[in-house]
Amino acid sequence: MGATQTRFEHDHQDLVEKTGFSVEQIQNLHKRFQQLSGNEETISREHLKSIPALANNPIRMQIIEAFFDKRNQHGNELGSYEEIGFEEFLMVMSHFRPPTLRTTTEEKEAMRKEKVRFLFNMHDTDGDGKITLAEYRKVVEELLSKSGTIEQEAARAIADAAMLEVASTNVPNMGPDDFYEGITFEHFEQILKDLEMESRMHIRFLDVNTTKVHCGK
Amino acid sequence: MAVLGPGPARFWSGFTMVLLMLLIVLILTGSSWTRDVLTGHNDTWREPSPATQEDHDPDQHNGTNSANHRKAFPVLAFNYGHVRKPFEISLWILLALLMKLGFHIIPRVSHIVPESCLLIFVGLLVGGVIKAMNEKAPVLDSKLFFLYLLPPIILDAGYFLPIRAFTENMGTILVFAVVGTLWNAFFIGGMMFAVCQIEAAQVSHVDLLSCLLFGSIISAVDPVAVLAVFEEIHINELLHILVFGESLLNDAVTVVLYHLFEEFSHAGTVTARDAFLGVVSFFVVSLGGILAGVIYGILGAFTSRFTSHSRVIEPLFVFLYSYMAYLSAEVFHLSGIMSLIACGVIMRPYVEANISHKSYTTIKYFLKMWSSVSETLIFIFLGVSTVEGPHNWNWIFVIFTLILCLLSRVLGVVGLTFIINKFRIVKLTKKDQFIVAYGGLRGAIAFSLGFLLTDNEMKHMFLTAIITVIFFTVFVQGMTIRPLVELLAVKRKKESKGSINEEIHTQFLDHLLTGIEDICGHYGHHHWKDKLNRFNKTYVKKWLIAGERYNEPQLISFYNKLEMKQALMLVESGSAAKLPAVVSAVSAQNIQHQREAAPQRTIPRLSKTREAEIRKILRANLQNTRQKLRSYSRHDLFMDPCEDDMSEVRFRRQRVEMERRMSHYLTVPAKRQETPSVRKVWFEPEHKVYTYDDSESPGGGAIQLKLRPSDTSLLDESPQSTDRSPAPQSEDQSERQKPSRCLSDPGPNEDEEGSSFFLS
Repeated sequence: MGATQTRFEHDHQDLVEKTGFSVEQIQNLHKRFQQLSGNEETISREHLKSIPALANNPIRMQIIEAFFDKRNQHGNELGSYEEIGFEEFLMVMSHFRPPTLRTTTEEKEAMRKEKVRFLFNMHDTDGDGKITLAEYRKVVEELLSKSGTIEQEAARAIADAAMLEVASTNVPNMGPDDFYEGITFEHFEQILKDLEMESRMHIRFLDVNTTKVHCGK
Repeated sequence: MAVLGPGPARFWSGFTMVLLMLLIVLILTGSSWTRDVLTGHNDTWREPSPATQEDHDPDQHNGTNSANHRKAFPVLAFNYGHVRKPFEISLWILLALLMKLGFHIIPRVSHIVPESCLLIFVGLLVGGVIKAMNEKAPVLDSKLFFLYLLPPIILDAGYFLPIRAFTENMGTILVFAVVGTLWNAFFIGGMMFAVCQIEAAQVSHVDLLSCLLFGSIISAVDPVAVLAVFEEIHINELLHILVFGESLLNDAVTVVLYHLFEEFSHAGTVTARDAFLGVVSFFVVSLGGILAGVIYGILGAFTSRFTSHSRVIEPLFVFLYSYMAYLSAEVFHLSGIMSLIACGVIMRPYVEANISHKSYTTIKYFLKMWSSVSETLIFIFLGVSTVEGPHNWNWIFVIFTLILCLLSRVLGVVGLTFIINKFRIVKLTKKDQFIVAYGGLRGAIAFSLGFLLTDNEMKHMFLTAIITVIFFTVFVQGMTIRPLVELLAVKRKKESKGSINEEIHTQFLDHLLTGIEDICGHYGHHHWKDKLNRFNKTYVKKWLIAGERYNEPQLISFYNKLEMKQALMLVESGSAAKLPAVVSAVSAQNIQHQREAAPQRTIPRLSKTREAEIRKILRANLQNTRQKLRSYSRHDLFMDPCEDDMSEVRFRRQRVEMERRMSHYLTVPAKRQETPSVRKVWFEPEHKVYTYDDSESPGGGAIQLKLRPSDTSLLDESPQSTDRSPAPQSEDQSERQKPSRCLSDPGPNEDEEGSSFFLS
């Protein structure tokens, strides 16, 4: 028992360094991964889709897609996976770690950039590095999709107004014939500057083994 | 605010202010003097004998009159006793408000010294003057304070409480409020008892229970003082809500401890059973108070559902239900403050969805006004009561109280933060802890509670100590907190511009985090919040919100509010009359996808209700002259661009940006081939103020308002609309009309079609 314990920990030691989670947190997440995947090595989109609690979430598909997005793996690849293993799962989860008391300002800045990058990748579905009007519209439509009435016109109006706002704050001197291609990452960062992503975009990862973990089925 | 010229202008205005103040003070004291003089006269007219009916008086008058010579008919009579009470009350309030005005005329002073200090100082002056005339000044009577002065401030705070920040930090706030206050009370009470044992103090007659009573009175952080001081330093939202939330929620603890120790200081001892009952009582008091508030809140929300036909009385419902909540809680000795907060918080989202825009503005302004007046009065009376006494100054007692208050606050905050940080994700830094500790101000609640004690020697000593602590916290801590905040570079409140991108992403983030939590498999903060929201949407909103608006998504209502605000801003800037050449315009064309076919310009279109509303606003306001924007110093009304303290330049820039947006919102494309006719709709020609200038529009085409009615009911008022041929698209038919809360209440010069805009 002791031997397997240390081997388990040893396997995950590099994960600890890569993702910044503690060993206990990784173990908990591993358990969850096993549950979701039905004790297999990889999970696919169907596994995530079958989580009942996600059914009510309006941006369910985007969230699931984010797990399979190669851009979130801190590499330079584009495209998406069909199935992901535990390491990829953990990498995506690591975007949601909170800052600690010991995090320095530079680290906080890097964390913020990473989180904003994650959001950007969620919006920029075709991977061209810009959020175009059509993509942004899709975002707003999805947000409003579960709210009862599907107000397509309203969604469009909102998305267009939002786009206008980005354009006018970032590129104030556009002539009437200039074309604003889309929101680049820098512009995106700019508009989300006040939201303080590093303190808001996180969830609580449990250190202790919890019995509240529910089955994915 | 008009900028005064240097030197003489300011001197003279200051001088006139001082003169005015002196005048008022003289009138006040003079009135009490004349009252005494007149009492003699009036008594002879009125019945000196005990059993008198009122109808004897005219007889007596007549009798006396006819008995003497017939007096000439009094052309001018003087009967002050008749109006004495309301007259004096009004004079006091007037004095208070003139003080407020005066401070802002002297800018340098008001920058260094917080308003509360100045007000107390004025109170001291007035109290001194009154005492010099050997008159009895009105004291900060507990009944007056708790029933009339305190509720408006708390309601104002509760109604505009930032819910998101409050609920996110609820655990921390509760720990500070409950455990922190308990620690303060027992530590101060216990240590004071130890101090009292010192022979030199000559206060060994103060027993433990009285000390604990004193501790419980002085331990509570006061919401009025916190609001007054923190309001002016614009600290970041987290710290503000921590200190302020604590000051609100510790009321339950204070109430329980106070009643507990007061009961027992008569009894003499405390048994274990009593202590246990005290704990139970705490839960009853706090939860009961919240329950009372929730009940009244729901009643208020439900009532507001039916007010569509009597818009003018809508604000009254909000005020009255809240006040009833407070009073009902006070009847049962529950926590009135928590009841009031709960009522405001529960009521607000539903009421705001139901009431008209004008009622909303009325509520906002009235609450700010009342709370402002109340606060001013409280501080002035505090000053007056200080001079009035009676005091019993005991050096050791007072000094030790002061030291112990500070010490216990610091220890409490540091200790509790150490524990809390283990559970918080965003930890509290040392700077945060310092501000939280330093912001533990005491105020008028402590004074009033002390005033309620039974009158004896000890009470005077307690009162003196309480007043000293209040003065210290308000003056010393209040004045130094601003430079300290700047010195420590504490994060300040960021100006929220109401950006729609931020709103979109706030919601997106909520859903994202809920989803990630679900994937992780544990039910965290976001999960429960999401569940509550869904419950709210499916069940509660249906009952409490009128008409079809209950399933309007939050994003859409936010967007509508934003557009409304921008339209209002545009109108009030007076620039609606002409659209100047927009130099740097980011037009909607710039963001469209160029690959689409040229005639298919997908430029944002307004929904019909939006257009109609904006048209209505513009029409109603075009005749008004340009309003001067004033700065609103006390209690910033947040999210209201019209009241921002704008400089001319910034305003002009905003105006240009606004017009740009307006022009885009009003630009309508020849979108589909099926509707070839693009009508130019002008605003009512009889007004003749609004013109569209073709040559200056950015897109090269005329700026037009195109109305494509699928429901013509909204557009009946304009004569051109009747002959419009409806060309419904499948999209339009699926588009439901969203009635919006707006300008449908009858105004003085409103057309009758006003009511048709509101679909309920």
